[in-house]
Amino acid sequence: MRTVAVVGASLAGLSAARSLRKQGYDGRLVIIGDEPHRPYDRPPLSKDFLTGAVAEADLALEADGEDLAAEWLLGTRATGFDRTERRIRLADGTAVRADGFVIATGAAARTLPARAGGANMAGIHTLRTLDDARALRADLARGGRLVVIGGGFIGAEVASTAYALGLDVTVVVVAPTPLAGPLGETMGGVVSSLHADHGVRLLCGVGVKGFSGGERSGTGVPTAEGRGRVEAVLLEDGRRLPADVVVVGVGAQPHVEWLESSGIELENGVKCGADGRTGLAGVVAVGDCANWYDPAAGMHRRVEHWTGAKERPAVAVATLLSGGAGQPGPVRPPYFWSDQYGVRIQFTGHAAAADSVTVEEGAADDRSFLAVYRRAGAPVAVLGMDQPRLFTRWRKQLAAAGA
Amino acid sequence: MKIPVCRLADLPRGEAYRLEIDPPVSVFHTDDGEVFAIDDTCTHQDASLADGWLEGCEVECPLHASKFDLRTGAVDTSPAKRPVRTHQVLVEDGMIYVELSLAAPNLPPCVGARLAQGSA
Repeated sequence: MRTVAVVGASLAGLSAARSLRKQGYDGRLVIIGDEPHRPYDRPPLSKDFLTGAVAEADLALEADGEDLAAEWLLGTRATGFDRTERRIRLADGTAVRADGFVIATGAAARTLPARAGGANMAGIHTLRTLDDARALRADLARGGRLVVIGGGFIGAEVASTAYALGLDVTVVVVAPTPLAGPLGETMGGVVSSLHADHGVRLLCGVGVKGFSGGERSGTGVPTAEGRGRVEAVLLEDGRRLPADVVVVGVGAQPHVEWLESSGIELENGVKCGADGRTGLAGVVAVGDCANWYDPAAGMHRRVEHWTGAKERPAVAVATLLSGGAGQPGPVRPPYFWSDQYGVRIQFTGHAAAADSVTVEEGAADDRSFLAVYRRAGAPVAVLGMDQPRLFTRWRKQLAAAGA
Repeated sequence: MKIPVCRLADLPRGEAYRLEIDPPVSVFHTDDGEVFAIDDTCTHQDASLADGWLEGCEVECPLHASKFDLRTGAVDTSPAKRPVRTHQVLVEDGMIYVELSLAAPNLPPCVGARLAQGSA
C-alpha cells in the first residue's frame, strides 16, 4: 500500500493516522478535513471551553512536535468517492487517489425540522464544532435566558455550564424522561434530576413548534449581521418561553451523504464488520460515522463516543494493513462520561440490553452512587455518579466479561 | 521531604493510595508487586489517576483514555500531552514513604489556575 487517505481530521481520523504509523505503515499519508482546524478535542466545547477555563490552544490533540509525516488537506470537504478510480473527490474540484481509505467523517448536529423555522435567527445554536462553540460562548457571555432544546448529554452539559455562568436556564425535552435512551427510564430520571437540584427548569413531554423574533415576525432586534434575534421558543402546547439564547441539542446524524452511489453500503452510517471493514476492499470506517457490527449483541451499532473514536481506529487500521486477513482484536464496551453541575457521570455498556438496574453503592438521592444493569443476572452496563474508583473496577470487570 | 504514606501490607496489589497533599500524589502497587508514586492529577483535566485503570506499569485516566507510565510519568497519547511527575518510593520496615520531586508539577489548566489563586 503506497497511499492511504484518511477522510476526517477529528479524533477518529487522527487516531487512525497515528495507528497507521504505529503499525509500521511508512507510505504516503493524506489527511482530509472539512474544518480549517488541526485535530482538536470536542468534549470541553460544552464545558470548560464555554466558561473560558480551557482555551483553544488547550484543545489541540496533537502533541508538541508530533509529526505523522502526513499531507494535511484542511478546509476541504470530501464530496464523493469513485470506487473504480479509487479516489476521493473534493469540494475544490481536486481529487485524492489512494490504495487504502479510512472513512472518519463523523456526524453533523441534527437540527429541528424546517417547519420550526429559526434557521436564520441569531441566537439559535447547535454545538458540534469549535466554530459553533466560539459563537455560543460569545452569546452566553451576554447573559440572560437560555433555552436548551433536547434532553441529551450535550444539552445537559450546556445547561450546567450556563447555570454556572449565571444564566437563567430552561431545558425542553420532547420525551417523557430525558436520557432514557442511553440510561433507561429510571436512571435517566435520576441523572436529569440534577437540573432541578440547581433550579434549572426541565420541561418534559413537550415538543417545540418554532421560534419568535427575528426573521419571522420582523420584530426581532437586528444584529450586526442584519439578522433578527430570537426572542422566544414556542412550544407545541402553546407556551412561549422567552429566550435570549437557544441551543438545539437533538443529536447528530452520520456525515455520509457524500458516499451515496459510491458502492459502500450505508445504513445508519457506513456499515462495517467487527473490524471496521466495509464491503469494499481497502476501505474501513471509524468514529461517529461508522456503524460497526457488535458480535456480542449480534447486531450493528453506531457508537458516538469519544472513547470509541480513540480506540477503534487501531483495529480498523490493522484490518486495512493486513488486507482484512487479521483477526479483529477485542473492543472494550462503549464508555462515556459527562460532567454536570460538578457531578461526574460515567457509563459503560448497553443499558437497552438490561432487564434490571440496581443501586449497589451509595444512594441515588445523594447523587453519589454506582448502579449495575443486568440481563438474566449478568452485568451488561454500569452507571456511576461521582464514584470514579468503583466505576473503574466495574468497568474492568465488564470488559473482562466481554460484554 | 520524605512523607510516610501507609503500610505496604495495607495496599493490596492492583490498588492505589492517594496522598491528600496539594497537589495530591498517588502510590500504586502493581500486580507484579512493584510500588510507584506519581502526581495524582491527570495533566489534561481534573481527574484522579488513583481512580484509574491500572494495568501493568500503566495507569489510564478514569475520565479519558490517556495512559501514564508509572516508571517515567510519560503519557502515551492525547488528550493529555504532558507527563506527570514521578516521585521516589522508599519502603522501610514495611512502611511506604515518598520522596517528593522538586520539579514543577504539570497540572491541567483549570487546576493550575485554582492553585495559583490559592497561593496568591
